[in-house]
Amino acid sequence: MVFDAFEQGRFMTPVVSAQNLGLTFKTNDGDVVALSDVNLTINKGEFVSFIGPSGCGKTTFLRTIADLERPTSGKLTINGQTPEVARKARAYGYVFQAPALYPWRTIEKNVALPLEIMGYGAGQQAERVRRTMDLVNLSGFEKKYPWQLSGGMQQRASIARALSFDADLLLMDEPFGALDEIVRDHLNSELLKLWDRTQKTICFVTHSIPEAVYLSTKIVVMSPRPGRVTDVIESDLPKERPLDIRETPEFLTIAARVRDGLRAGHSYEEAV
Amino acid sequence: MSQLQYFLALVAGGLSAAALAYSFVTPFEQALLLKAFLALGFLSLIRFFVPLGLWADGAFALLGAVAVLTSLGAFAPPLPFFWMAVVVAWLFAWLFVERLSKSLAPRLSDNAGLGLLVPVVFGAALLVIWEVVTRGANVPPVLLPAPSAIGAQLANSAPILWADFVQTFIKSVLPGFAIGCLSGLVVAILVDRSPFLKAGLLPIGNFMSALPIIGIAPIMVMWFGFDWQSKAAVVVAMTFFPMLVNTVAGLNASSSIERDLMRTYAADYWQTLLKLRLPAAGPFIFNALKINSTLALIGAIVAEFFGTPVVGMGFRISTGVGRLAIDLVWAEIAVAAIAGSAFYGVIALIERGVTFWHPSVRGGRA
Amino acid sequence: MDTVRGAKSVTRTGPIIVVLLAMLVVWYAAAIGMNAPWQTTLNTRAGLADVPFTDFALQTWAQDRPVLPAPHQVLGEIWNATVALELTSRRSLAYHGWITLSSTLLGFVLGTTLGVALAVFIVHNEAANRSLMPWIIASQTIPILAIAPMVVVGLGSVGITGTVPRALISMYLSFFPVVVGMVKGLRSPESIQLDLMHTYDASPWQTFWKLRWPAAMPMLFASMKVGIAISLVGAVVSELSNAAGGGLGVRLLTGSYNGQTIQIWAALFIAAALAAILVMIVGAAERMVNARMGARPA
Repeated sequence: MVFDAFEQGRFMTPVVSAQNLGLTFKTNDGDVVALSDVNLTINKGEFVSFIGPSGCGKTTFLRTIADLERPTSGKLTINGQTPEVARKARAYGYVFQAPALYPWRTIEKNVALPLEIMGYGAGQQAERVRRTMDLVNLSGFEKKYPWQLSGGMQQRASIARALSFDADLLLMDEPFGALDEIVRDHLNSELLKLWDRTQKTICFVTHSIPEAVYLSTKIVVMSPRPGRVTDVIESDLPKERPLDIRETPEFLTIAARVRDGLRAGHSYEEAV
Repeated sequence: MSQLQYFLALVAGGLSAAALAYSFVTPFEQALLLKAFLALGFLSLIRFFVPLGLWADGAFALLGAVAVLTSLGAFAPPLPFFWMAVVVAWLFAWLFVERLSKSLAPRLSDNAGLGLLVPVVFGAALLVIWEVVTRGANVPPVLLPAPSAIGAQLANSAPILWADFVQTFIKSVLPGFAIGCLSGLVVAILVDRSPFLKAGLLPIGNFMSALPIIGIAPIMVMWFGFDWQSKAAVVVAMTFFPMLVNTVAGLNASSSIERDLMRTYAADYWQTLLKLRLPAAGPFIFNALKINSTLALIGAIVAEFFGTPVVGMGFRISTGVGRLAIDLVWAEIAVAAIAGSAFYGVIALIERGVTFWHPSVRGGRA
Repeated sequence: MDTVRGAKSVTRTGPIIVVLLAMLVVWYAAAIGMNAPWQTTLNTRAGLADVPFTDFALQTWAQDRPVLPAPHQVLGEIWNATVALELTSRRSLAYHGWITLSSTLLGFVLGTTLGVALAVFIVHNEAANRSLMPWIIASQTIPILAIAPMVVVGLGSVGITGTVPRALISMYLSFFPVVVGMVKGLRSPESIQLDLMHTYDASPWQTFWKLRWPAAMPMLFASMKVGIAISLVGAVVSELSNAAGGGLGVRLLTGSYNGQTIQIWAALFIAAALAAILVMIVGAAERMVNARMGARPA
């Protein structure tokens, strides 16, 4: 059937494909090259981390995928479509650095926000809210207001909000950057379980090497001035990852390679 | 007890003793309560040997107030020891409030009942002093009538005051306030869509908020006639700009992350407005509503100075002053004060309900 | 760098000028519309029929007692009533403006001083804070301006007349924003900053001058801007109750009794200009203090 063929074709296209992608910001102090000649393919079901020092364009790349920034050169497709079409088709969920929960809405109302905007019926909203709240282990906190929750729980709620409309792609921009290390470890292992259960494609921006190695199937190392990709590392760690995998030689080997990549692309003399 | 408290206690006791001694110039049975109060005040000096609770000072203050008020007519003119007793009562009230605040301070605002007592005591003390000074010192009523006289007038001329209230508050303030605030809100939302208009109108709106807009009252009276329509027009003009400026600022109060979030949902303009930007602007809009509640009443009353039918709070005040019907004028001012704070209070209550999530309301930090 | 800043100020003032021009156009158009009925009556009386529109428009902009005077009529009246007249003339707007300005300034200075003093007291005394603050906040919701004629007449009856009673109204009005703003400002230092002073064993006096006072400067100027504007309003309104005393308020009042709309608008413009200049002076003082305190220009 034609429909089947179409579905199959879609399955074959990469979720994210960037070719010679470039983005230059115009500022009062002249042009800033945020992304230069980025070539990258992300396939369905991958967990891709973007790591690099500040100013390397990792967040900019994520925002470009999300159609929050417009590339100035090259080609970028999401599921074979332009970022704008993909955004309008609600192809991805985005988790920001801050939870950005609306303080005037309860947690369940916050999770329901995208569903309201996308026009889901009341029954379906309730069902999806219940399911995603369960997925991030926040059941029982539906009626709380964001300010009544800890930072870690707020960020979990914001992940639930990104998952609620069941987009296949999840874009996460340093979601655990503001949390302390213990909470962060906990949320990392929960995120892995969630990824396993939902089979989503995840793009994850971080500046922590252990976090990147622990979570990813693919690690993209980036460096600044101009923002570019310096290394792409495929991780062969098993899918089942307890927290103490971080002490194994395999883990440390990958971490060392990431660190080398970061060091190569970054000379400290020119750092400001 | 702190240094200040020791000082207050010492002066209160000492002054009681002096006043008590002085009071023996009058026949014993005259102003007995006042003398009893002074004797007790003198006895309060035992606190330097036996600690006295702060409620004892409260009781002394209350007794003092009653004693002073009841013996107002006992001598004419009042003898110096009467004024000394007034001072002693005031000192006890001060001491009471001082000790009460100190005992409350570490526990902060969680004991709302007692916390409320402090301003109430202060307000009551002010009223008692006002009453005692105006009547005791024979202050000409033109300058300042006694609160009891104002209260009596308030009760006597209730129908007139009610008619004035309806004319000024119900007919002028409320419609003007509603139209002014609503049009300010709508214009702000429209202006917000155009950066050019925003850049042009906002500084002018800010500037207008600082101008004596009330001066357009005579023009409005010429355009819209003597009745409430011209007053409502003044109120509209006064309330429009604060609402415009605050709403525009409020619509920009949402953070860029919150707006990006709406963009990732491909939310359209109206969805973003209704679900994010208007709720986020809530505290700003209520700020304007509160400012405007005061402005609206001022606008309507002052506009009536420029011409009205023979009813209205501003009319009553301006003609009452001319005819030296001072009690009535003060009764009218009391009505205006009650109406003004009630109006403000209602808006503040609604604000607490609507913007409960804002740090300033829930008493936390952002 | 300078050219960038210059370009920025053009983009900032551009829209304002456009909006102001638009308002001017609307004003002239409204003047035609609102003055038209009376002009038509006049023309019919004079037996003029079929007046061309441009002539008609010019006529509506040149009436003696228009419903809405055209801007150039108002400016002409201001010119005639200030520059073209002796300063001491009872018809001079400069004379009336000076009366209003003097009570505004006196009231503002008194109100600000009193407000700052009370704020310092409130911040340092818990009993004062608890007993005074609720009343100060509550009294802001009361239409205090309504008492203005009362105070003027009351003080007049005991022989206090002239600038002082009016200044008292202005003082009363400008005092509130200053107290509330300064209490907020003096409390604005965070607890770690206060703790730091505590570790130095600083006296309350030192803590006040080195921490609380500088920290309160932004609030002081913000509330002074509100205070001076409302001080002027107080001066104008308090003039309404004594037509013999003079001042811009009296010009508004007599203008409204005699139907002299141009006179009303001229007085209104002068009052607006005064308010603008006073607020700008406070703003300039704010920038000067900010610069001396090393604050970044906003």
